[in-house]
Amino acid sequence: MHESTGAGPGLVPPAATGGRDGEVRFEVAELTRVEGEGSLKLVVRDGEVVEAQLAIFEAPRYFEQLVVGRTPDEVIDIVARICGICPVAYQMSAVHAFEDLFGVTVDPAVRVLRRLLYCGEWIESHALHIYLLHAPDFLGYPSALEMAADHRDLVAQGLRLKRLGNRIIEVLGGRAIHPVSVRVGGFSRAPRRRELEALLPDLEAAIPEAQATLDWVAGLEPPDFVRDPLLLSLSHPHEYPYNDGRIVSNDGIDVGPDEWGSAFHEEQVAWSHALQARSHSGEMYLLGPSARVTLSPETLHPLAAEGLARVGMADEIRRNVFRSIVARGVELLHAIAEARDIVAAYAEPDVIRAPWTPRAGVAAWATEAPRGLLFHRYELDGDGLVRHAQIVPPTSQNQGAIERDLAGFAPGIMSLPHAEATHRFEQLIRSYDPCISCATHFLDLRIEEAGEPAP
Amino acid sequence: MPAADSHLHPTRPKAPAEAIARPRVGVAKLTSCDGCQLTILDLEDHLLEIAAAFEIVEFPEATSNRSSGPYDVLLVEGSVSTPEQVEWITELRRRAGILVTIGACATAGGIQALRNWGNEPAWRASVYPRPELLETLATSTAISDHVVVDAELRGCPIDPHQLLELLASLRVGRRPQLADEAVCLACKRRGTVCVVVAEGIPCLGPVTQTGCGAICPAFGRGCYACFGPKEQANVESLAAWFAEHGVDETSVPRLFAGFTAYAPPFREQAERATRHAHGQKERTDA
Repeated sequence: MHESTGAGPGLVPPAATGGRDGEVRFEVAELTRVEGEGSLKLVVRDGEVVEAQLAIFEAPRYFEQLVVGRTPDEVIDIVARICGICPVAYQMSAVHAFEDLFGVTVDPAVRVLRRLLYCGEWIESHALHIYLLHAPDFLGYPSALEMAADHRDLVAQGLRLKRLGNRIIEVLGGRAIHPVSVRVGGFSRAPRRRELEALLPDLEAAIPEAQATLDWVAGLEPPDFVRDPLLLSLSHPHEYPYNDGRIVSNDGIDVGPDEWGSAFHEEQVAWSHALQARSHSGEMYLLGPSARVTLSPETLHPLAAEGLARVGMADEIRRNVFRSIVARGVELLHAIAEARDIVAAYAEPDVIRAPWTPRAGVAAWATEAPRGLLFHRYELDGDGLVRHAQIVPPTSQNQGAIERDLAGFAPGIMSLPHAEATHRFEQLIRSYDPCISCATHFLDLRIEEAGEPAP
Repeated sequence: MPAADSHLHPTRPKAPAEAIARPRVGVAKLTSCDGCQLTILDLEDHLLEIAAAFEIVEFPEATSNRSSGPYDVLLVEGSVSTPEQVEWITELRRRAGILVTIGACATAGGIQALRNWGNEPAWRASVYPRPELLETLATSTAISDHVVVDAELRGCPIDPHQLLELLASLRVGRRPQLADEAVCLACKRRGTVCVVVAEGIPCLGPVTQTGCGAICPAFGRGCYACFGPKEQANVESLAAWFAEHGVDETSVPRLFAGFTAYAPPFREQAERATRHAHGQKERTDA
């Protein structure tokens, strides 16, 4: 599959693809400004979308096997490596699953520090996506680096916000990517009060910058694309959903974080061996910032709630995925404001790492990665070693809905010049912030031979 | 296909013949988590200056501009784990003036190299319903096992300071100053109390190359060797020391079976441990 890599932007005109009469094909051999390696293929025949595929050719790494025979703390280190963009999410879903099984209650200050760590990852990831990956689509640049030539202050602001998120992770976990301190029972080390206080001036300064970011992204003109998706996220009565809460949807799903398997399953679609997640009734659903902002507006930080009300886009965020950049802006503001509050009120934990005893059983939990719900399930033996693992990353859950949206979006842009329409499809995919390296189930999808009828 | 034995003799960064005014830089990826190339974007305070000093012509994660080369400098993350990647890295080598491997996957095969001990077909079948559709190799290996590599940055992930040092050296045409001593020395310099001595925590610091800043001991845990073995690492001796000092025998091999498990000194230790376990079993069975 790598023959396309580095061979150019991959925009193939329809005449070159061997399409039949009346057939138009849109293909991007390697998507750019996404995490990991994927491609897009959309086939329209006689005005009908007959195929819409987000294909993934990331090479498999067998993480669910790599963790077999390992201890819970080793698993926390290993699963972080599923994704360089959201390692904290993997550490969090795993550590909560194990603590739930072992009956460990962590120190309240440890629980707060984990929220702070997640704030750091959300800030870093959302700033990365808004400024470096997604905004260039709206402003018409190939990258943020080119964008900086005309909008240097804007890009510099995005980089400052991104740096702040990374600094939070560095203080708590030693480094921004694959931090080292998360352990079953708490942390291997808790930060001293003065270390966190050093972040406070920059957190204070970042709040108006995040507010400005939100106002800016709300002013970016989205393509017109309205639908009514099934949305799903964690929800908690008092906290914006990070580490804890029930899995809820806007059509009535309401299950515990350990009960993912009772409401959902993974299935293999006919044209692909990628596993996609569905609810048991077969519904495709959408995760991520738009889902969380829609399902949990009442637990947003007051500053973020005020920002959402100011831009007045709650309904558009729900209905138009191109407005996900606004949802990300709301959550960026939320995470910075919550991080500031946590740092300002921080008292070092009495018990940095609660003792625990392994036991056999099933450890299962879900937390909210920046791009959506991340479910882990481990079967442990009596020594506390993993015997079986299932990891369901957000992008594999979103993939079905992304493909459905590609098909739904196509009729409205078919009349555009081919290259422009292809770019719009790419922009649509980037709206979901797909994290392809995460999606351990996503594989070398076989693309049908050109001209061969779609199944 | 040229083969470099850089595991046995860690790759020495070669100095470019002369400084190039604005080098054409590419970033590519094989099998990996994207974290090492993200480290480039994590150089937030320097990113715009870097983009001015270098012409970033290929970096799919960051830009839609594409270039198939040639590149003055090509940074590659990820291990070689599919038949396509064997061909692709050979082709990339042709297109690159200086090829730099970045991170534990590219320099040692990564955590996914744990499959190299013969488990791959079974693993594939257990994770995927239709394993026959996957075209993967039975092994995940370092890029230097396939092509000549000019310089490497260790780590899972790479360290941003080392990355900056590498870029600066490339820009001015000098040799990068990258530490090749043990994590222990960085610990001493940092003033961290030894976790082995003070708390009896197993730590791979004595056999691991630094570059990370000795983070793990500073955070109250043992080093897990994500920067790989230092030169002349006496792994067997450290493993024996662990066993003599109360570290559970079954957990010692797991200590070395981490993110750089397939780097030769660790790989040999895993194989010694396996032979030892077999020997024990045979004696028990007899």
